[in-house]
Amino acid sequence: MELIWLIPAFPVVGFVVLVLFGRLLGKPAAGWFASAMVAGSFATTLVVFLDLLSTQSAQRVFEQKLYTWMPAGSFTATFGLMADPLSIMMCLFVTGIATLIHIYSIGYMRDDENFSKFFIYLNLFVASMLLLVLGNNLLLTFLGWEGVGLCSFLLIGFWHTDLANSSAAKKAFVANRIGDFGFMVGIFLVWVTVGSINYADIRAYAPNLAAGTATAMALLFFLGATGKSAQLPLYTWLPDAMAGPTPVSALMHAATMVTAGVYLMVRLNPILHEAGWANDVIAWVGVATALVAATIAVAQNDIKKVLAYSTVSQLGYMFLAVGTHNYVAAMFHMVTHAFFKALLFLGSGSVIVGMAHEQDMRRYGNLRKYMPITAGTFIIGWLAIAGVPPLSGFWSKDEILAGAFNAGPAGPVLWLLGLITALLTAFYMTRQVIMTFYGDEKWREDAHAEAHAGADEAAEAGDEATGAPVATAVAAVDHAHDDHHGLTPDHEPVESPWTMTFPLVVLAGFSIVAGVLNLPFSDKLERLGNWLHPVIIGEHHMPNAPVLFGLASGAITTSIVGILIGYAVYEKRKADPSKIELSVLARGWFIDESYSKFMGGPGRAFYQGVADFDSKIVDGVVNGVGKGSLGIGRLIRPAQSGIIRTYALGFGVGAVLLLVFVVTRMSL
Amino acid sequence: MLELTETWYLVLASLIFTIGAVGLLVRRNPLVMFMCVELMLNATTLTFVTFSKALNDVGGQASVFFVLVVAAAEVVVGLGIIVAILRRQDNADADDLSLMRG
Amino acid sequence: MLSVILQDTPIPISANPVIETPEIVWSSLAPHLILILGGILLLTLVSLLRGKAPSWFHAAWTVVVAGAALGSLWPLWSRVQEDGPQTLIAGAVGLDGFSLFVTGIICVSVILSALLLEGYLRRENLVGPEWYVLMLLSASGGVIMASANDLIVLFIGLEILSVAAYVLASMHSRRISSSEAGLKYLILGAFSSAFLLYGIAMTYGATGSTNLVRIQQFLVDTVLIKNGMLLAGFAFMIVGLGFKVAAVPFHFWAPDVYQGSPTPISGYMASGIKAAGFAGFIRVFVVTFGGTYAQQWRPMVYALAVLSLLVGAYMALIQTNVKRMLAYSSIAHAGFILIGVTVATDKGTSAALFYLLVYAFMVTGSFGVVGIIGREGDGKHSLDDYQGLGKTRPGLALIFAVFLLAQAGVPFTGGFLSKFYVINAAVAEEQYVLAVIAMVSAVIAAYLYLRIIVSMYFAGADDHGVSPEMANPPAKKVPAGAAIALGIAVFATLWLGIVPDTVTSVANEAVARLVAFQG
Repeated sequence: MELIWLIPAFPVVGFVVLVLFGRLLGKPAAGWFASAMVAGSFATTLVVFLDLLSTQSAQRVFEQKLYTWMPAGSFTATFGLMADPLSIMMCLFVTGIATLIHIYSIGYMRDDENFSKFFIYLNLFVASMLLLVLGNNLLLTFLGWEGVGLCSFLLIGFWHTDLANSSAAKKAFVANRIGDFGFMVGIFLVWVTVGSINYADIRAYAPNLAAGTATAMALLFFLGATGKSAQLPLYTWLPDAMAGPTPVSALMHAATMVTAGVYLMVRLNPILHEAGWANDVIAWVGVATALVAATIAVAQNDIKKVLAYSTVSQLGYMFLAVGTHNYVAAMFHMVTHAFFKALLFLGSGSVIVGMAHEQDMRRYGNLRKYMPITAGTFIIGWLAIAGVPPLSGFWSKDEILAGAFNAGPAGPVLWLLGLITALLTAFYMTRQVIMTFYGDEKWREDAHAEAHAGADEAAEAGDEATGAPVATAVAAVDHAHDDHHGLTPDHEPVESPWTMTFPLVVLAGFSIVAGVLNLPFSDKLERLGNWLHPVIIGEHHMPNAPVLFGLASGAITTSIVGILIGYAVYEKRKADPSKIELSVLARGWFIDESYSKFMGGPGRAFYQGVADFDSKIVDGVVNGVGKGSLGIGRLIRPAQSGIIRTYALGFGVGAVLLLVFVVTRMSL
Repeated sequence: MLELTETWYLVLASLIFTIGAVGLLVRRNPLVMFMCVELMLNATTLTFVTFSKALNDVGGQASVFFVLVVAAAEVVVGLGIIVAILRRQDNADADDLSLMRG
Repeated sequence: MLSVILQDTPIPISANPVIETPEIVWSSLAPHLILILGGILLLTLVSLLRGKAPSWFHAAWTVVVAGAALGSLWPLWSRVQEDGPQTLIAGAVGLDGFSLFVTGIICVSVILSALLLEGYLRRENLVGPEWYVLMLLSASGGVIMASANDLIVLFIGLEILSVAAYVLASMHSRRISSSEAGLKYLILGAFSSAFLLYGIAMTYGATGSTNLVRIQQFLVDTVLIKNGMLLAGFAFMIVGLGFKVAAVPFHFWAPDVYQGSPTPISGYMASGIKAAGFAGFIRVFVVTFGGTYAQQWRPMVYALAVLSLLVGAYMALIQTNVKRMLAYSSIAHAGFILIGVTVATDKGTSAALFYLLVYAFMVTGSFGVVGIIGREGDGKHSLDDYQGLGKTRPGLALIFAVFLLAQAGVPFTGGFLSKFYVINAAVAEEQYVLAVIAMVSAVIAAYLYLRIIVSMYFAGADDHGVSPEMANPPAKKVPAGAAIALGIAVFATLWLGIVPDTVTSVANEAVARLVAFQG
């Protein structure tokens, strides 16, 4: 267990070596080296994990003190790494998935000029993420938190070099800064009240916290979490963050980084235990995010954007679990989601590469014929996220919903909203799979009609405006800015190389079986629950068996219904061959029309409305914070006129004001 | 007949100080601006001397010498800078020296 | 109103004055003397050598002199540790931990600035000893200010410091903006000096002395029934000192002067001069008027701190000139340090001292990089000139990024801890609003620092070629002196963030040993 320092050390070494010799190593050696470092980190984690497993469950906390920092007054912060069930579990899946994604990136980035730079960032990201997870105090977590944010920022702009003006990066930055502010103030509040920022001390002190203080802390940290984990109202940056290379989307913006907020909340569960109504806030924000994001996902045509909104939605589930004290379910869903969402993202990346970097699903179709491995694994991911048993997604989602059902008087409402989200999830994922892998080979349509569609579509969906950076960034992939539409009617998609498909197969395997981590059938089978038991205060009680069974049946039914609706919509469209002659635009509208017909006219208006609200109002607010700050600067700028006498006047006014002030206090 | 107490001197000094300060705000010639600063400094020396007399303490009067030296040094430097500016351009109007702003 | 005071003045003017010269412990004045004599000697030596000295000689001399002054602090420090704080020259100068700490900061600032100045002057073809002489004399003024135990000595120190700085600001004879900066600095500086002096005069009238210890003694012994004169004195002294530390609304000069001055000099102003200004601020307000009178001046300094935090951060956001950005950010930093002053506790003072030290390294380093990137003519300071720097000058870009991140307050840099300590001091006094405003300011300012970093690393690093501005990148070779200075600054910035214990304990010790009235 003394080896834990090695876990973050590997990627740090990788980072340093690549910074120094990255160019020298060249392609693909730099990528293999980076992957080896992360794999080494994974292997070390496994060793530590087995070591922990062999100890008594109550003693599964190991702290490795690196050094003591800041002996300011009575305050010392002992800095170190902490291996406990929670952190090692996070490490296992972070390093595991990161290894796969590193390997995948070797294939995906093979044509990129900045190949080694990409792996520098990836290794730095892994190191920061591990620091975030393994740190034994809030400050180290915060450092890792900022580190992953920086890497995310760097990688969103990896292709889109004019980052200063890119709305995607700005949005990510503003949202994250608002969150970070909450985190910072939260750390301070903890330090002032608890007198330490070490998790162990916080845990020991938590029962003495006043309810008000604990609530304030919980809300502040939750504000931090909403920024990083893209929850209402700070979620808008995440879909735009998809401008980065697809492996980045998979690793950071789906599987690992965005779950940092959930990790933080679970880590602070002793505080949440005392935090009263703050938990309700978390649960409601979570479920609202899940629902809103799912409805938006329904209206997306960009293959990565569907997945992006889906990620926001699934993160909402995790916060719902946190808010209902169902931490095990939150962590469980985090792991299963990491598998299947990484799988889906990587699969979409494989599709995007195969389709000459076209991301519009309306131009896909029948790809299963050309990319059998991608299609097969993607379908597994689809079934997992849709919640079809016995795939992993079903078990974790069911546990969250069942937990929510049992959470006080509002529980059934939370449960119902979660169930609606599940229905929508099954629906939009079915839509995505069918549009991509089934049906006709739509890119073979006449190019003129397609161009026409492109123009109209921009006017049609407000959301496309925010999609612009994505399009530009993707165009840069093959360094063909002038040739955006690389997808020609005579394009022949081919399956991706093995470095890309191998991770898909592995992730698909995990997406199928990860459910065994925590099966509800007996106490013994709740392996994750037992494993995490020592770090969690405040047990959450699941509904009893019959209710549980009923809820599970409901969830299964919902999933099937969602898939069937999707299938029916798709079927109906296919049944009318005369439509094939119509332009892509008409077909696009037809899809929208068909599901709105099915769900009634208002349904469609609602989706469109939500999408508009997202792009105009919420984005506007986030951008507004940034603009407002600039506005204040501009407002006071005229005072700095450059003229000495104006300065002296400001000076004099200041002096007079101070004098006026003292006059009010004088006793002459 | 009015008795001239210390208060009279203090009020006079504050008036001179204000005249100097306002003068600096309204005049654009750097030389005149320096003269205004001199006026302000002289007002403070008058204050020092008044208090020195009232407190029966030489410290205040000694301060005046330091202030005079400082004032002289400032003007010397100021004149140097003005000359440097005048070597580059025709006038040294304070308001025209506003290249840097914002 | 003066009658109250008259009965309490124990110093009658003797009818037959015999001038007693005070006893002077020369060794205790070592830093002052080394700096002044070093400056004068340099001038003499250079005139005797008549240009035979190599161009690096002046800088090397300055570094040695400032280094010697720094070295002389050690024996004095242990003297203070053993014998406690003491006053020198009939109570005019104080020798205590505080003055020694600030002297140290000023010496560090001189060493770094001199190293940076050497290469800068060669590039700008302005080589000459007068820069260094003025800098040493200015630093001696700062040291006098830091150790002043008398308001008049404080004023003289401030003027020695400032008059030399006015000249330094305007010394780049080929840049009109340099002359403009000098004139603006001078006129507003003189204006503010008049305010400070008027404030001193009023304080003298109200308390009967300019000696700080005697003022404290007077305030302890006497209850002022009429405090109007003293409070007016506070207001005027805050104006004067607020100018020196560039606190809003007395900050207007700072952006223009920092932008116009030769860049290494801007670094010196932001570090050394600011440290001296804060030393005066703390010595007068926290130490002398810290007790019951803190209630009277605290709201004013509080307002200055809040305004500086917000105006500095917001104004920095809209700048496109990196030098100006740093100037505004230094105003925001002044706001942070003012928090340490506002709380008027030992904790706040030691936090301010630590902040000043860290800031000295960060800001001199930042301006050092800016000076190198400014290229010949010292004019390339727009954000566009930093485009693609990560690619063309990776080393410089990395160093600059470290300084900027430290200024933003990233953990494990000195910048984080310094912010942490002042906020901590505010929280300890239950000044929560102030702490929250400080954090808001830090969040806003972070955007600014990141903007520069983004510009260095992303914009222009395109595969389609480097931006037009970078077609003429800054000279590949960083001058040796500058390299040393940047190395020291980076090392110190990180070191103070990772193992701050030694320095924080020194700062705490420094505050524990102050010349003050022991009533």
